[in-house]
Order: sequence, then C-alpha cells, then structure tokens
Amino acid sequence: MTPAWTIASAFAGALLVLLLPARMAAQSRVVALVASIIGALAAGAGCIAKLASPEAPAWSFDREWIPSLGARFHLAADGLSLTLLLLTGIVAIAGVLFSWNVDKRQRAFFALFLTIIGGVYGVFLSRDAFLLFVCYEVVILPKYLLIAIWGSTNREYGAMKLTMYSIGASSLILIGLAAAYAAAGGTSFDLAHLAAADYSASFQAWAFPVLFLGFAVLAGVWPFHTWAPTGHVAAPTAASMLLAGVVMKLGAFGALCVAMPLFPEGFAQWRGVIAGLAVIGILYGAFTALSQKDLKFVIGYSSVSHMGFILLGMATATHWGLRGAALQMISHGIIAGLLFGIAGRVVYTRTHTRDLDELKKFDLWRSLPGGAVGFTLATAASMGLPGFSGFVAEISVAIGLWESFPLLLIPLVLGIVITGAFSLRALQKAFFPVRSAAAAKPPKLPPLSWPEITAIVLLLAVSLAIGIYPKPWVTLIDDGLASPLFQSLLP
Amino acid sequence: MLLTLLLAPLTGAALLAAWRGAGERTAGRFAAWWSLLPILLVALLGSRGTDGTMADWTLPWIPDAGINLSFAVDGTSWLFLLLTSLVTAFALAISVKLGIGGRAYAALILVMETMLLGVFTARHFIPFFLCWEMTLIPAYLLIRLWGGPNAPRAARRFFIVTLGGGVCMLLGFLALQIGVGTMDFGKLATMASEDGLAPTLATAFAGTGLTGATLLTIIAVAVLLGLAVKIPIVPFHAWLPDAYAEAPTPVTMLLTGLLSKMGVYGLLRVFLPIFPDTFTVLAPWLAALAVATVLLGALAALAQKDLKRLLAYSSVNHLGYCVLAAAAVAASSGDRESASSAISGAFLQAFNHGIIASALFFGVGLLEARSGGLRGLDDFGGLRARVPVLCGLMGLAIFASLGLPGLSGFIGEFLIFNGTFGLLPWAAAVSVLGLLFTAVFLLRLIRKVFHGPLGKSVSGWSDLSASERWLFVPVIVMIVVPGLWPQALLHFLNADTLRLLDLLNP
Repeated sequence: MTPAWTIASAFAGALLVLLLPARMAAQSRVVALVASIIGALAAGAGCIAKLASPEAPAWSFDREWIPSLGARFHLAADGLSLTLLLLTGIVAIAGVLFSWNVDKRQRAFFALFLTIIGGVYGVFLSRDAFLLFVCYEVVILPKYLLIAIWGSTNREYGAMKLTMYSIGASSLILIGLAAAYAAAGGTSFDLAHLAAADYSASFQAWAFPVLFLGFAVLAGVWPFHTWAPTGHVAAPTAASMLLAGVVMKLGAFGALCVAMPLFPEGFAQWRGVIAGLAVIGILYGAFTALSQKDLKFVIGYSSVSHMGFILLGMATATHWGLRGAALQMISHGIIAGLLFGIAGRVVYTRTHTRDLDELKKFDLWRSLPGGAVGFTLATAASMGLPGFSGFVAEISVAIGLWESFPLLLIPLVLGIVITGAFSLRALQKAFFPVRSAAAAKPPKLPPLSWPEITAIVLLLAVSLAIGIYPKPWVTLIDDGLASPLFQSLLP
Repeated sequence: MLLTLLLAPLTGAALLAAWRGAGERTAGRFAAWWSLLPILLVALLGSRGTDGTMADWTLPWIPDAGINLSFAVDGTSWLFLLLTSLVTAFALAISVKLGIGGRAYAALILVMETMLLGVFTARHFIPFFLCWEMTLIPAYLLIRLWGGPNAPRAARRFFIVTLGGGVCMLLGFLALQIGVGTMDFGKLATMASEDGLAPTLATAFAGTGLTGATLLTIIAVAVLLGLAVKIPIVPFHAWLPDAYAEAPTPVTMLLTGLLSKMGVYGLLRVFLPIFPDTFTVLAPWLAALAVATVLLGALAALAQKDLKRLLAYSSVNHLGYCVLAAAAVAASSGDRESASSAISGAFLQAFNHGIIASALFFGVGLLEARSGGLRGLDDFGGLRARVPVLCGLMGLAIFASLGLPGLSGFIGEFLIFNGTFGLLPWAAAVSVLGLLFTAVFLLRLIRKVFHGPLGKSVSGWSDLSASERWLFVPVIVMIVVPGLWPQALLHFLNADTLRLLDLLNP
C-alpha cells in the first residue's frame, strides 16, 4: 500500500458513492467509511514503514503532466506529509462516524465529503506547486456546498463568507506562485526547483507576504480569521470537523512548506510581524471565546487561538518551533474534530440547541454522561494539559520562543490561562449539573450510539497516544524538517 | 515494580469505569479495597532497603532532546509514596463510611493517586509536570461535582490559579532546556553544584543582554511561583480556604494531605538542589513569606467559625514551617548539623501533617454526618459527655497537630526549629509565635466543641461504631508510632538528606 492509496481511495470512494443506485443511498456511508479507513491505513502503513526504516528513500511518484508549463504530476511523502495524511485519515473516519445518520441527500453529502478529503491528501503529497494549487482549489467548492446545503445557523452567510475569503486567499497564492515561477526562469513548478532559485531580496520582500498571507488566511491568521468561527458554526458537523481539523491545516502546511522555503529572506524580514499577529490571534481568540453564548462559537474562536500557536511556532524559525507548529497542526486537528463532533453532533442532535444557557436545562452530566465525559476530556486536551497532544505541541513552541522571542512568553502565559478559563466556563455551563436542576429528574435523551462512541474513543486515544508517547510522531516530523526545503530556514 | 505501582490505581479506575452495573456503595467499597494494593506495593518497595535507588523505570519521550519519562524511588520519595497510598486508602474508606460518591468519584480519586505517585517519583521535569497538572482535572471535578453550594466558583478558582502557577513553572524549565540543554533533575542539580547554571545560561541567552545570575533569578522565580501556589505560601493562598471548605470532606483530606505536599516536595527536592545560589539570594524574602504564612495562617484560623475553614488555615500554618526550613537551609548552608536537622524536619513535617490532617478532617466528617451537615465551631458543645471515644481520638489528633511531644507532630516541628534557630534565628524566633497561636485556636476548638454545656444538636448522638473505630486505628498508629520512634521514618531520609547537603555544599 503506497501513500497514493490515500488520494485514490478518497476519489474512488466519491465516484462510487455517486454511482450508487437511489435505493442504496443509505449505504453511501458504508462506502465513505471504507474509503476513509483505506486512506488512514495507507497513511498509517507509510508512517510505520518510515519509522521501521528511516534511511529508506521516500516514496515518490513523478510523471509528465503539462509539459508546456513545466508542471509535473509529482507526489512524494516524507515523514511530515505522512503524519498529516494520517491525521486526515483519522479525522475522516471520525467525520463519517459522526455523520452516520445524515438523512438529507446522503450520496451527495458523502461524495463531497470524500472529495474534500481527496483534495487535502493531494495538497499534503504534492511536490509541484501547480499540482498543489489545483488540489487546494479542489477543496473550496465542495466546502461551500456542504455548508450551504447541510448547514445550520446562518448557513448562506457563513458559506459565502468562507468561500469569498478562500477565493481571495487563493488569488494571493496564485500571484505569489506565478511570481516565483517567473522569477525562477519559468521552466518548472517543482517546489525543490523553486526553492533553490535565487530571488532578489527586494522581490522576496513583497512576494513572501503575498504568498504567506494567502495561505495564512486559511490557517485563520488574525485579522483575517473572521471566516473561521462563522463558517465552523454554519457547517454541518462533519464539515466543521474537516474545516477546523484539516482544512485550516492546509493553510498552515502551505505557509510552512511552500511560502517559507521559497522566500527565506522575505520570511526573515517578516517573521516579527507574523509572531505579533500570531500572539494577537492567540489572545484575541481566547478572550472572544470567553464571552460566547453558542457552544460552537466557543470552539470556533478557540480554534483561532490554537491556530495562533502554529503560526507562532513557524515565526520562531527554530527547529523546536517548527516541530511544535507541526505537532500543533496534528494535535489541533484531532482535538478540534473531537470538540466539534461532540458539540455539533452528539449534543445538538439531541437537544436542538447550542446556547450555553439553554443547555443547562438538559443537565447533560446526568442525561448524557458519555457525552459529558468525552467533552470533559476533550476540554482538558484543548487546554493543553500534559498527557494530551496539545501539551507536547505547546511546550515545543514555547521552547522555540525562548530561543527567538522570549518576551512573547508573557502574553503566551496569559493566553494559556485564558484558554483554561474559557474552556472551563463552557464546560461548566453546558455539561455540569446545576443545583436547582439537580433536584428535578433529568430529561430523557437517547444514549450515545456506537458510531459516536467509536469516534470519540478513536480521537481521544490518538490525542493521548501523542501526549504520552510523542517519540514516533516527533521522529516523523523531524524527518520532514530534515528535507532540503528547510535548510535555508534552519541554520 | 515501580511501573506496577504507578499503574495499580489507574487499573482500578479503569475497572470501575468499565463496571457499568456497580452500585454506589459497591463501587466505593471496591475502590477502598483496591487502594490497599498500592499500600502493599509501597511496603514491598520499602523492604528493599533505603540506600540509593529502590526502583526505577524510564520511557523515551522526545529522545533527541534528552527528554524521558523517568521515574525512580529513593528513601524520601518512598516516604511520600507511603503517605499517598495511606491517605488515599483512608479517604476512600471514609467516603464509603460517610456515604459520599460513587463510581466516577472513586475512579477519579484513584486516577489522582497515580498522578501523585508519579509526582513523588519523577526524575525529570516532563513526567513531573505531566503528573503535577494531571492531578488538577480529578481534583477540579471532585470539588466541582461533589462539593458544597459554592463549589463551582471555588473549583474554578482553584483550577485557574494553580494552572497559572503551573504554566509559570513550565516556562521556567523550558528556559533551562534551551539554556543548559536538559530538564533532568539529577543532571541539573549536578551542573548547579559544579559550576552553577548561570554562566551557561548567559551564553545561551547572550542576545538578551542580561547576566547569567539575573536570568537564573527570573527562571527560579517562575518555578517558585508554581510551587508557592500549590503549598500555598502567603500571598498565593487565596484559593485555598474556599476550595478546602467546599470540597467533600474526604477530598479535602486529599487536597491538604497530598496535593499541598506536592509543593513542599517540589520545593525541597527539585527547587533547592537546582537553584541553590539563587535560593540563597531569595532566602531572606522567602523566609519572611514563610513567617507570614505561619503567622497569618494561625491568625486566620483563630478567626474562623467553620471547622473545615479553621483546619484549612491551620494547614497553611503547618506547611509554612516546611517553607521556613527550606529558606533557612538556603540562607546559610554553612552549618551542616542545623541544615540536616531542618531538611529532615521539613520532610517529616510534611508526612506527619498529611496523616494528622486526615485524622482531623475525618473527625469533622463524622461530626457532619451525625449533625446533618453542621460544622460550625458553635454548633456543638459538650460532646465529651455524649461521644467520649470520638472526642478522645480527635483530641489525640489535635494534640499531635499542636506538636505535643510523644506524638508525631512534635518531631517534625522540633527538628525544623532546632535547625532554623541555628541558621536564621530571627525567623525562627518570630515563628514561635505561630506555635502559640496554633495552640490557642486548637485548644479553643476543644473547649467549644468537646466541653461546655451540651449543644442542642448533639442530644441524640451515638458514639463511634465498631467500623468507625477500626478506621481510626491506622491513623492513630501512624501518629503515635513515629512520635515515639521517629527513627522509623528518619532512617528513610538520612541518606537522601546527606546527598542533598553534599549537592548544596560540595
């Protein structure tokens, strides 16, 4: 099983779902689940093979594609790509499980879902800028449709805003890539070729921010983050999970593996600004989450805050910082998926409200104990308590910060404490017993279903596995960071 | 062996989580019996002799940075393991007795026990911090879900304040990882005793333009903040009275008997050897804060009407002596005899306070159970006539708490004062006042609750049942035996205390 199976399984699954006869529409979820599992297994097999023989050459697939442009169909998997593929696979499985009883237009839903997954796999594997951009664009349209058709609260607005931001950001990326392509001789889109080219400092000074910003918008950089909370809230559960868990990581991945290696000097000039924006994002997201009424908005703003750690890790330009950024991508992917899964699917379908004060009435601690315990653990993970994946990521970023911007540690401490505060607030309001209600009998809610339990356990187990034994993940990420792309960034 | 010990309570918690059909009492009983297993394992460890490392276990975490989850037991750790396993078992047993809790409650206490065992055996900052912070979730939930009417606020405050302290400590150690390349306690202590950490830090952070000593002070203060919140040292104690008063009584026992000991243990075992020079500079300030802790704790206890709050402040007071000892050792480490006395005294005080406080809170729990939730100082009266056995046993614990010779509380305080008078006479002299105030408020407790006219609420009470008496037996043994034969505990400390002193004065 090569890593190509990830892309192939997703697109083949999407096609198969569309071809299902109408009477078998209900089976589309099984197809989607099988396709997601194959993708995750392919990624997992790649990770294990890499860990077993670290010296073996990375898998790659390189074919002629559009010779007139010099674009090639070039895929390759280093340790970093493999871990991100695995993350995508796991979130995809959980997403399908949390969408187990979608009842509206199932075939279209799962076909779009798998298309997004396929596009994401494609971005993580691309080694050609043109191919990467194509895969990146593949993700945008299905995202819009998923939200606009299956979404909730303000879905047209949320979907349109998200799409507008995405398209605007894409055009920035296109400008940046085209400029790099032209400046590097206009012969090849190969990322290694583009990174090796010698750009003048003045060129990098404007090309870097354009390209970086294009990617960073999708990663939720402050002040271009506003699409994220509204989009997450409007999206159906599986799409929120994909958006926060995986699609935001596309932006971070592009910033880390395309923008920074292409224009190292531009990055060196701008990294102070990036660090500043990242810290503002961390604090702004946390403070805003502190005053939200809707449980999904709390999680949406917490995502903005957590994504700030990724940007901050990158801005440190140290090995620890980049490693922390990559770890945070994986960690936040898992945890955001879990939080949105529980808030959007487990709770909302039973209570039909996400308002923190309304939720009090349901006394979820007693009427839905499984969901409450799951959310409590997910909250602990989200706060970055040790033992969960977020901790490993945050200390790596903090170590990187000690090396490059020690003064930023002060706002960081504040950010972490506020994160603790807003997480506890949401948890207490939504899930914990209330004195007055404790006397009354809790309302009867259907217990957790098996797909829900499986998804919750799967995501929690991965977060704990990374938190308690990060060694294999760190080894894989370091393998990615050892690639020649990062040589100009890390002394 | 050590791994088995660390995982034993966690396994019990997992079994409880999986055991869907268990009723509240069955689950509680199961957990109480299960918690005897860690005691047995600790006892087995103790039989291995006290020289050097008794057991260890390591798992590579981020190996290229030298970060490992390494745990090891030596004599001092062992004493804290014993305390943890005893107090946890006791708390679980009396939870059953008092009818508090259920499956989730017992499981959370067992999870917390694993984390505490981890804190007391960790040999590297990462496992230390991992276990340190992971005690927070169970503690928070136990207070929040099973606590009194104001529990949500108290629990939230407890959580946020200790989390903040924890993050400061974390950042301090991360700076050491960058600056000197390791967070291993042993390696850091060796480096500190050889040429000090300051020069290495100064080169690593040359860009900041600060001297090594300044950097080291900043780092040390950050670490100290995390410890100070946990012990707590005045003025970082504001979260404590509410949390202790709102928590269900067995949980209060765990908070004061074990969680606060994490801070004391960290101060003496982690902070002192790694930052000896900085500690020397900070020592007068810390000694002043310790004196303030001792005095304010006692004075605040004097003003309390609620028995749990009174005991909470009394805990603040008693742990202040441990901080005082640490500050005294750091202030002038020349006098080896005094330093050794102060250090052993602080460890013993931590251990004995854990046991005595458990006994006292058990007594309050019994009063609450009999009176239907009353625990005001003025709610009772004349108990001695009604329930003489309960009063006798509580009285014993109270006298141990105020340091009556022959009971365990005396020996720790004696050693601390013995050492501190040699090192920091002024601080010791002022702190003696604390002993006086302690005697006043504890004797007042005896007078108001045990003596005097029979209170209205007390008339129908029965004395301790056989099972309640049996529950008191182990604590009384642990109070009387070390009081009469302190060497039983001290010989676990001797080797480590000498090693610690060697690190401080090479």
